[in-house]
Amino acid sequence: MILAIASKELRSLFISPLAWFLLALIQIILTWVFLGRLDAYLHVQPQLQQIANSPGFTEIIVTPVFAMAALLLMMIIPLLTMRLLAEERKNHTLVLLVSAPIAISEVVIGKFLGLMLFISGVIAFIAILSVSLLAGGTLDSGLLISSILGLFLVACCFVALGLYVSSLTAQPVIAALSTLGILLCFWVLDMLDSGQTEWIQYFSILKHFKQFNSGLLDSFSVTYLVLFTLFFIVLTIRHLDGDRLYR
Amino acid sequence: MTNHNASSLTLSAKHLSRAYNRSFAVHDVTLQLEKGEILGLLGPNGAGKSTTMRMLTGNLAPSSGSIEICGIDLLDNPKSAKAHLGYLPEIPPLYMDMTVDEFLGFVAQLHRIDKKRIVHAIEDSKKQCGLTDRGKQLIGTLSKGLQQRIGIAQAIIHEPDIIILDEPTVGLDPNQIREMRQLIRALGRSSSIILSTHILSEVESSCDRVLIMNEGRIVLDQALVELRQKSMDLETIFTELTQIEAKLH
Repeated sequence: MILAIASKELRSLFISPLAWFLLALIQIILTWVFLGRLDAYLHVQPQLQQIANSPGFTEIIVTPVFAMAALLLMMIIPLLTMRLLAEERKNHTLVLLVSAPIAISEVVIGKFLGLMLFISGVIAFIAILSVSLLAGGTLDSGLLISSILGLFLVACCFVALGLYVSSLTAQPVIAALSTLGILLCFWVLDMLDSGQTEWIQYFSILKHFKQFNSGLLDSFSVTYLVLFTLFFIVLTIRHLDGDRLYR
Repeated sequence: MTNHNASSLTLSAKHLSRAYNRSFAVHDVTLQLEKGEILGLLGPNGAGKSTTMRMLTGNLAPSSGSIEICGIDLLDNPKSAKAHLGYLPEIPPLYMDMTVDEFLGFVAQLHRIDKKRIVHAIEDSKKQCGLTDRGKQLIGTLSKGLQQRIGIAQAIIHEPDIIILDEPTVGLDPNQIREMRQLIRALGRSSSIILSTHILSEVESSCDRVLIMNEGRIVLDQALVELRQKSMDLETIFTELTQIEAKLH
């Protein structure tokens, strides 16, 4: 049942030109960054060879591409999550899902999975881009895998938050803007740098991503990102269930 | 027409109430539906018809009262109870960017229709609603009347025991209304139907029993045959009941 919802979500994504457009945009920007870094690497390669234990391909090319990808996903995911529930409300189709013999939790998880499948495709493209470097050398596969995992987990957070905000309103645009706003707030947390407020940084999603992006698989970061995702999925389910009770 | 037998009850709602900010939209509504019966739910705008229907379909939790669908409690066991229900809300829940076949296929999946039977179920419901040659068309491009029929096809695809239709003829032209009535009567042969409307002639032409609601309460619950025997006119009864109530308050 969850899969039926997920596949319907995925299909309706690809019916609209938005998904195709965003997919192309992400790919163009990331390839641009990728080529730029490759160029820079080739310039400094002779000097690097003289340093012992010099940074390789992965640090210089792949990591910045993933860092850029995380930022891009932060901007783009709100546009994809906005219609998940807000549009169902606006078009009065939520009734169809509520009246069907399925639980609200199945609807919410199905929608989450549907979009995450799409995002996984985006991440796969980035991974392929990185793997193409194997043609000219060796990759630090550990660093690559932890970056992929990190990107996947932050994308989960973004989608879960976007899904929740989308459940609050019947206007997709408002959902998109609010999600983006909240994500930007989380980003700004990252920049707070006075000693007193260091604990605030623990709430920054991208801060945790940086751990993965430097090859550090920190169990605290994994836990934080997973809990963040679960928290907002549960909130969404609760909110939709509450609709039935209190409206 | 109506066959009074306690075991043939498909739907039984007892003492349903729903409060919005302390005022009751629906107050102490008790209604029962027998197998194969078509019940007309009448009432002026704002009488609580839609609220009642939303409660019966699990879209709204009642403040108090109980609902049993084919002997299954809707509040305790919503999943299995909803499997016996087909619901067409006031605004048909359609995805405008899907084709008719895609949409009905999705609904069939939601209702857990067996994979092998899905194609058959889609064809069947399209045939009943006169949509056979519309399968490949986008729902958004179809007329209001056809969209309303897709709404019904969506509600009957899983052959439910109870079909709940909220103002199914609103916005249709006279020909479409006539077709819709024929369809409802045909559906009544295999399922029980609750039909809400504020068009009196619709109840007279297609229902077995009439239930009039006013200000959240049931003010009349009677078989149409009985009304005809007493040679009472539905319109007079309706105006009497709903206007007297209005004066009292």
